Amino acid sequence: MKLRTVLAAGAAISLALAGTGGLSAKDKTDKEESAAVKAARDFDKNPYPSTYRPYPGQATLITGATVFDGTGKRIDNGVVLLRGGKVAAVGGAMADLDVPADAVRIDGRGKFVTPGVIDVHSHLGVYPSPGVDAHSDGNEMTNPTTPDVWAEHSVWPQDPGFSRALANGGVTSLQILPGSGNLMGGRSVVLKNVYARTVQGMKFPDAPYGMKMACGENPKRVYGAKGRMPSTRMGNFAVNRATWIKAKEYRAKRDAGKLESRDLAMETLAGVLDGDIKIQNHCYRADEMALVLDMAKEAGYKVTAFHHAVEAYKIGDLLKENDVCSAIWADWWGFKMESYDAVPENAGLLYKAGACVVIHSDDDNGIQRLNQEAAKAQGSARRAGIAIPDEEVIRWFTANAAKAIGVDKDTGSLEPGKMGDMVLWNGNPLSVYSRPEKVWVDGALLFDANDPKRRPVSDFELGHPGEGDVK
Amino acid sequence: MIARTALGALAALLSGTAAQAQDMAITGGRVVIGDGSAPIEGGTVVIRAGKVVAAGAGVAVPPGVAVLDAKGKWVTPGLVVAVTDLGLVDVGAVDDSNDSGAGKAPFNAALDISAAINPAAQPVAVARANGVTRAAVAPLGTGAIFEGQGAVIDTGSDPKAVTAPRAFQYVELGEDGARLAGGSRVAAYAVLKNALDEAREIALAPAGARRDDVLLTRRDAAALVPVVTGRQPLYVHVERAADIRMALALKGDYPALKLVLVGASEGWLAAREIAAAGVPVLATPLNDLPSRFEQLAATQSNVGRMAAGGVRVALGAYGGNSPAVAQYAGNLVALTKVPRATGLSWDKAFAAISSGPAEAMGMGDRFGSLRAGRAGDVVIWDGDPLDVRSGVVKVFIDGVEQSLGNHQSRLKDRYQTVPEGSLPKAYDW
Repeated sequence: MKLRTVLAAGAAISLALAGTGGLSAKDKTDKEESAAVKAARDFDKNPYPSTYRPYPGQATLITGATVFDGTGKRIDNGVVLLRGGKVAAVGGAMADLDVPADAVRIDGRGKFVTPGVIDVHSHLGVYPSPGVDAHSDGNEMTNPTTPDVWAEHSVWPQDPGFSRALANGGVTSLQILPGSGNLMGGRSVVLKNVYARTVQGMKFPDAPYGMKMACGENPKRVYGAKGRMPSTRMGNFAVNRATWIKAKEYRAKRDAGKLESRDLAMETLAGVLDGDIKIQNHCYRADEMALVLDMAKEAGYKVTAFHHAVEAYKIGDLLKENDVCSAIWADWWGFKMESYDAVPENAGLLYKAGACVVIHSDDDNGIQRLNQEAAKAQGSARRAGIAIPDEEVIRWFTANAAKAIGVDKDTGSLEPGKMGDMVLWNGNPLSVYSRPEKVWVDGALLFDANDPKRRPVSDFELGHPGEGDVK
Repeated sequence: MIARTALGALAALLSGTAAQAQDMAITGGRVVIGDGSAPIEGGTVVIRAGKVVAAGAGVAVPPGVAVLDAKGKWVTPGLVVAVTDLGLVDVGAVDDSNDSGAGKAPFNAALDISAAINPAAQPVAVARANGVTRAAVAPLGTGAIFEGQGAVIDTGSDPKAVTAPRAFQYVELGEDGARLAGGSRVAAYAVLKNALDEAREIALAPAGARRDDVLLTRRDAAALVPVVTGRQPLYVHVERAADIRMALALKGDYPALKLVLVGASEGWLAAREIAAAGVPVLATPLNDLPSRFEQLAATQSNVGRMAAGGVRVALGAYGGNSPAVAQYAGNLVALTKVPRATGLSWDKAFAAISSGPAEAMGMGDRFGSLRAGRAGDVVIWDGDPLDVRSGVVKVFIDGVEQSLGNHQSRLKDRYQTVPEGSLPKAYDW
């Protein structure tokens, strides 16, 4: 059922685009079109479709818990009902709730409920554990622009890191990005944090693609060391701009029905210019972010999020005005020159400026503690005179994160009709002393701290010391 | 106001005159001694001549000392981080500013890290502002299994940073040691034993001629004499349970060795042997991924299980400069509420980042707790120090109040308001 929906949606998108191309090429008859032109225009935009399907779950009713719904609301003594894999109801009272007779009932007194945690910046699968050279699949550092590579073709679905992110971090969705060695690193993929035999089995249905870009030190260092462009920040921009000019020409040709062959790199960039693929831009310094915003206007695309963004606090006004999220750490600092001006008040100052804050990990350990990182940033903000309520801080790793990767209509908050992605915490998730007790994905209970068998163990860990341990 | 304070701190720094230790009593706070005992409500800490005189409940305030009211606050010993690059690095990826490794040096065991300590480095200032007052600084990244001699430092803003130079020797065994020794653990053990034997020969005949087939420079071999004679601890980086057992077995051939295990991700699998050997462990706290084949059994319960097995375990080997020491300890407390997991009680978790590492360094009588006679390293917090939302209010080192200002705090002050005013941001300082 789900599969069919996805395929249908994919077909619809392809048709819509084909229609556009056909319109602008009206002067051509079908007879005159070469097979190559057709192939370049009517290609399958979803050739590796998601085969993920929600696992069966029982209707579940939690009562008496403190609920942070992800939209900035806090409900004390709250009620949450999952049914049919979806959030069915969230509120403060039992009245009007249609609770199935066989629903699992959980006494949530003293416990907390949040939407499933979302990490917008992970390299799980592309830099999996064990981190041996044979597993280093995150950076195609043979060309400064590789929009043609897709992270999903590198993801190893047996990375043991997925299980830690679920059990300790309550992570239910995550964006896997290529690394930052290239200016244009390739397409990201959004996954449900559910183990599968194939990466297609983990893909978040209908999630938009992202494209990774990177500012600053990394691309110029990697290619400068190879004696080729770019070796400077101005080289970074020159290569980017030249590539966008090509992409615009490609897109114009495509729309005019004049493409003679397919170009995987250009297809991705044209998808960005179409607004279908979101730009996820690794960028530390404020001045570079400002330049990127102008480059985006020049080329005709939108930056969805700046990742790492340690200097975002210097340009909160600009980021708000351009509706760009800053995906940041709480306090990573000083490990490289462009991170030297990081401050632990970054999130707080951005919040004060009214800009979008997302807490991200970029790390297989950090992804297990996004809640704590957000809490750390909240504490630093408070000491700087910026008081931010818990229910707002929760948004930084739920609803805001969903928005930054384009899945906010499906997940990221506990609102009726959304996916049943949810965490029951054994205490306030903004306390260092709290951990997930249960985690549901699409209404299916996939982690339960009280059930030794209700935790995933990847193929890699079978037969090794520590198989199935608490981790 | 803020600008004036910063100027004052700057002037003090430039003139090189350290502030004087002040005799004082800190009263009314929730006092954590740091030795694994429970916090004391409304306790008093008395500091005189830079040292703790008394701390606890019912401690009288001596006449004539300044009284600092810490009501509603937490008062603890300064945090101790072991095996870090604090003071060796300004920016990790800026090679010119990074003295943590010396891959092309002609020496290894002889390298003495104390020569490179820079108390003015920003990572030191940031660590101080996060409650860290002492550190075991290790050289890492030489071209040999012996990384050289580490130092114990304080994080004070005065020029005298080194508490103890040449406080330990550091050796890589396990996967890193194998790579450095030529490709295998077999080679690492051959190199290690040869080096200790060469040191022994020098110890027996300090001025004597050396064999023709020595592999170490005289300087490197001589630097290992205090190790092989047990006067200087040997920090051994190992992760795999089998490597831990091999390291412990070194005491069979070299009985005087004072071993300290570093890392020990699979320590829980060898807890009985480690405890029996009485060897302290500086464990990386939250490793729970099979990041390498030598840590397939990594789990966050490692520290708790070792402690429960009688191992003298403290936290260390964090790497990087993220000021997350207290957060790690807090996570170990969180495990006590997780079914089947093993963590540490709050009291033991705090000790694991204060007196624990100090004792592993062999310096528990000098700092790391608020027991009488220890250095006056005191931190006052605005809440539970292990909770990530709490922050540091004041820091004293050897009884001297420290500046909490640094590059980060100055940037924060400047950008409290984002747009420029009547002058560019560069004039706002």
